[in-house]
Amino acid sequence: MNNYMSAVLSLHAELSLIVVLVVVFLADLFRSRPGGRGLRVLVCALMLVQVLLNLSPDTRELFGGMYVNTPFTSVVKSILSAGTLLVFLQSGEWTRRPDTAIREGEFYVITLSTLLGMFFMLSAGHFLIFYVGLEMASIPMACLVAMDKKRRQSAEAGAKFILSSMFSSALLLYGLSLLYGTTGTLYFADLPDVLQSGGLERLALVLFIAGMGFKMSLVPFHLWTADVYQGAPTGVTAYLSVISKGAAAVALAVVVRFVFPALTDDWSVVLALLSVVTITLGNLMAVLQHDMKRFMAFSSISQAGYIVLGVLAGSPAGMASLAFYVAIYVVANVAVFAVISTVEQHGGGRTDREAFNGLYATNPRLTLVMTLALFSLGGIPPFAGFFSKFFIFAAAFEAGWHLVVFLALLNTIISLYYYLLVVKAMYISTPAEGSAFGSPIHSSRGVRLCLALCTLGVCVLGVLSCFYENLFQWADMLPW
Amino acid sequence: MEYTILILLLPVLSFLVLALAGMKMSHRVAGLIGTLSLCAVTVVSYLTAYAYFAMPRQADGTFAQLMPYNFEWLPFTDALHIDMGILLDPISVMMLVVISTVSFMVHIYSFGYMKGERGFQRYYAFLSLFTFSMLGLVVATNIFQMYVFWELVGVSSYLLIGFYYTKPEAIAASKKAFIVTRFADLGFLIGILIYGYYMGTFTFDPAQEDLMQGALMLPWALGLMFVGGAGKSAMFPLHIWLPDAMEGPTPVSALIHAATMVVAGVYQVARLFPLYIAYAPETLHIVAYVGAFTAFYAASVACVQSDIKRVLAFSTISQIGFMMVALGVCTGMPSHEGGLGYMASMFHLFTHAMFKALLFLGAGCIIHAVHSNEMSAMGGLRKYMPVTHITFLIACLAISGIPPFSGFFSKDEILTACFAFSPVMGWVMTVIAGMTAFYMFRLYYGIFWGTENKALHAAHTPHESPLTMTFPLMVLAAVTCVAGFIPFGHFVTGDGLSYDIHLDSTVALTSCVVAVVAIALATFIYVRDRQPVADALARRFPRLHEAAYRRFYMDEAWLFVTKRIIFRMVSTPLAWFDRHVVDGFMNFLAWATNASAEEVQPMQSGRIQAYTVWFLCGIIVLTLLLML
Repeated sequence: MNNYMSAVLSLHAELSLIVVLVVVFLADLFRSRPGGRGLRVLVCALMLVQVLLNLSPDTRELFGGMYVNTPFTSVVKSILSAGTLLVFLQSGEWTRRPDTAIREGEFYVITLSTLLGMFFMLSAGHFLIFYVGLEMASIPMACLVAMDKKRRQSAEAGAKFILSSMFSSALLLYGLSLLYGTTGTLYFADLPDVLQSGGLERLALVLFIAGMGFKMSLVPFHLWTADVYQGAPTGVTAYLSVISKGAAAVALAVVVRFVFPALTDDWSVVLALLSVVTITLGNLMAVLQHDMKRFMAFSSISQAGYIVLGVLAGSPAGMASLAFYVAIYVVANVAVFAVISTVEQHGGGRTDREAFNGLYATNPRLTLVMTLALFSLGGIPPFAGFFSKFFIFAAAFEAGWHLVVFLALLNTIISLYYYLLVVKAMYISTPAEGSAFGSPIHSSRGVRLCLALCTLGVCVLGVLSCFYENLFQWADMLPW
Repeated sequence: MEYTILILLLPVLSFLVLALAGMKMSHRVAGLIGTLSLCAVTVVSYLTAYAYFAMPRQADGTFAQLMPYNFEWLPFTDALHIDMGILLDPISVMMLVVISTVSFMVHIYSFGYMKGERGFQRYYAFLSLFTFSMLGLVVATNIFQMYVFWELVGVSSYLLIGFYYTKPEAIAASKKAFIVTRFADLGFLIGILIYGYYMGTFTFDPAQEDLMQGALMLPWALGLMFVGGAGKSAMFPLHIWLPDAMEGPTPVSALIHAATMVVAGVYQVARLFPLYIAYAPETLHIVAYVGAFTAFYAASVACVQSDIKRVLAFSTISQIGFMMVALGVCTGMPSHEGGLGYMASMFHLFTHAMFKALLFLGAGCIIHAVHSNEMSAMGGLRKYMPVTHITFLIACLAISGIPPFSGFFSKDEILTACFAFSPVMGWVMTVIAGMTAFYMFRLYYGIFWGTENKALHAAHTPHESPLTMTFPLMVLAAVTCVAGFIPFGHFVTGDGLSYDIHLDSTVALTSCVVAVVAIALATFIYVRDRQPVADALARRFPRLHEAAYRRFYMDEAWLFVTKRIIFRMVSTPLAWFDRHVVDGFMNFLAWATNASAEEVQPMQSGRIQAYTVWFLCGIIVLTLLLML
């Protein structure tokens, strides 16, 4: 019994998250009046404590191998928690609006429950747990997307998300059942020994990758992305584009390397193809977009393609660069979305690129933050994005994927073009007639804190070597 | 000595505070933040110097090399990694003292000089940034850290030269300074890469076997690094940026373009001195010849300039030439056997920093009083500005090499080292020293004696500067008076052993006589209201005068080389290639991108049925790919 208790306690990342969730839920229930900032401060403080408590990476295997935690997944969880904290910080302006204030508590609780699902997905040692985690992360997400349910776009996005999600889950389950049918087990630890490289297993692999590709929005499983990103409230879009995507990428990397070593050649080819197609198509679509949220959707699609390069490398260095890439992507993308959301909330709900015209004249600091974040996404040194791209390219190159890396590099030129279009709009274009920004925007304290943290991350994370040195070390300690 | 980290932390912190929040502060608060942090840096530097030199010497008689910090920043291989740290040895500690002293004085001085200027806070922020970079440069534990801070110094110099960014000349000057030094730094970088490749390390003391294997390449590496040093230290023909850099605020010229940054090249050669001596003595002698020619060239130009800051700028170039010569004439490490020049060079660096900063700050007071840089606006100022006058005179005497001021002692050691190398070099440098005395006293008489510009002075009576400006003058003048008596050889020598400075009576006497004759000549020509001799000479040799005044057409030569040869022969074809081939490829990429974007657009129809069809197609294609 005692043993069992200590085993449960060592799920501390998940347990602490549940505690946060329950406390926030109760606080929301017994809150006297909606609209105050007490709840936001509470949830941010609790998340901060949660992040700090779970910083220490450890190795655990519980419930007969159903739950596996490695230092590496611990770090990824910390990155995701910290990213969620950033999203909460920047969502203040949106949750304060009169029509959404009443749903503020729900936003936090549902977001945290999806995060909990991702944690289980990351630490799964068995496909059952994996699937439960995946669904825990998906179904509440549809509620989040449809949070502004009175807005037609938001409701439509929610419907689209849940339908596509069901479809992809069904196919994923089909793949898992094929896997169980051919091997008789769903334990990650047992599968590599019994897995043959036959046709059914290959089909299972493709279905699994398609399911994860849906979460990561890899082409051609990406089509929901743009509609959902545009329709969802901006805070949710930020969460969807970084946290959900990052978790799925790491989970994909863990499973293909851990469970499918027998099919390495197959998944490498599939992922290489998906990566190139995703980067290219994401870029091509992004070029034409005028709505910033839609634009960021395609940008995040092409970023997902870069992330896949880390999986493709199939080495500890690849895993480390993947986690590093996700971390950098989180800070840069959250910063961009925070700026978009600020402009949206203060500019009469506009999210098109023309709304950013001449932003520099009235809001130089906001513009600078946006510029740095976009530079980082584009991979311009010395910002963190350059280093993360460099590591992930280097890892894939060392694994022998020269052509793929070359095509990815070529694509960075295109991505630079459309990122700089935004920069150009902000600095050079003259504001449209009747622009909402005659005066500087006074954003809330939470948004400013979030932007400051993100900017710090964008500027410093790449240059401070201790951060990624540690990541590389933990990736080397992975059990496979 | 863990506290040495403060020397770097404090200025960078004050830079961040001033840069991020400076605009919300009043001028006084911003200035005080910068100055107080520099005051603390100065105290820590002095403490470091005291603690370092009070340490007992090692068994072999040298001071230990300390490395209180050294973080591995970017590892490439086990041996080759870029570190960031702090290195303490006699020359870096000496540089800490020089930089913090001059910088502190400039911070105080700027209170008065920059009073009421727009961008006062920005100015102090840049000063902090510069001080941080310069300190980081001298304490670098490896050549790459030195390079990083070297570039940072260049950036802050660029920012400060262009401080008056509404003035087109200032912008042009800042660009020129940045481009010329960056161009030279290309050599530095290539040198570093060669060094790293063959030595397998970026530290200053490679392993013995690597040295043996790479000995052939070392002269090249060091020579290329010296190109960077020559750019920063304004050696001929890369000196063209320094006179223009005088467009910056005068205290900046004192700090960056007289005392600290421009001696970075000298410091770089001194830092690599053991390698030069052992593996590349010929390269070292090239340094000497470049230095000697630069010293002569700059001295002759300085004789005819009429802008007082330009005179001082050329004088700086000339004096840095002296330091380079002193290093270059070394033939061994021990001070008694050919290594005297090392000590002399560092000694001159130290004394020169003090009296040249003093001269620039004095010039700042004068410019402040008459609102012009031209000598024609001056004359007869000694009545109006007694403190500036006396301190300026002390500095002039020091740079001319008149005992007992500091310049005499350091210059004498340089000349001794030159005579030991070859009598020709010794005599050449003695003549240049005489020219130095001549043009400095020409400047002195032109400012403080001679014809007074009565019309100008009646409209706006010149007055002595406030105490914030005269106080640094007095401090630096006091240092200039006593610095010559510092037993410098006990602290800094080529081989690290203690060395008693003794004056070579022949050399000392010769240089004194030359200096006195030159000063007498300058007095004869320039002290009176009218200057018939000077005018007559200018008329007698109009071509020479014009050429010297135009700096021997070096700027025009550079313009010719860049505009006519490089732009036309290299850049135009490259531009064509760029415009048609590179841009063509990019334009094709853009066109292809846009065209194919239009093509794939329908895929995003918004209809979820279509989405699922694509999803299924994807799975089918991938499955077929794997099955076939």
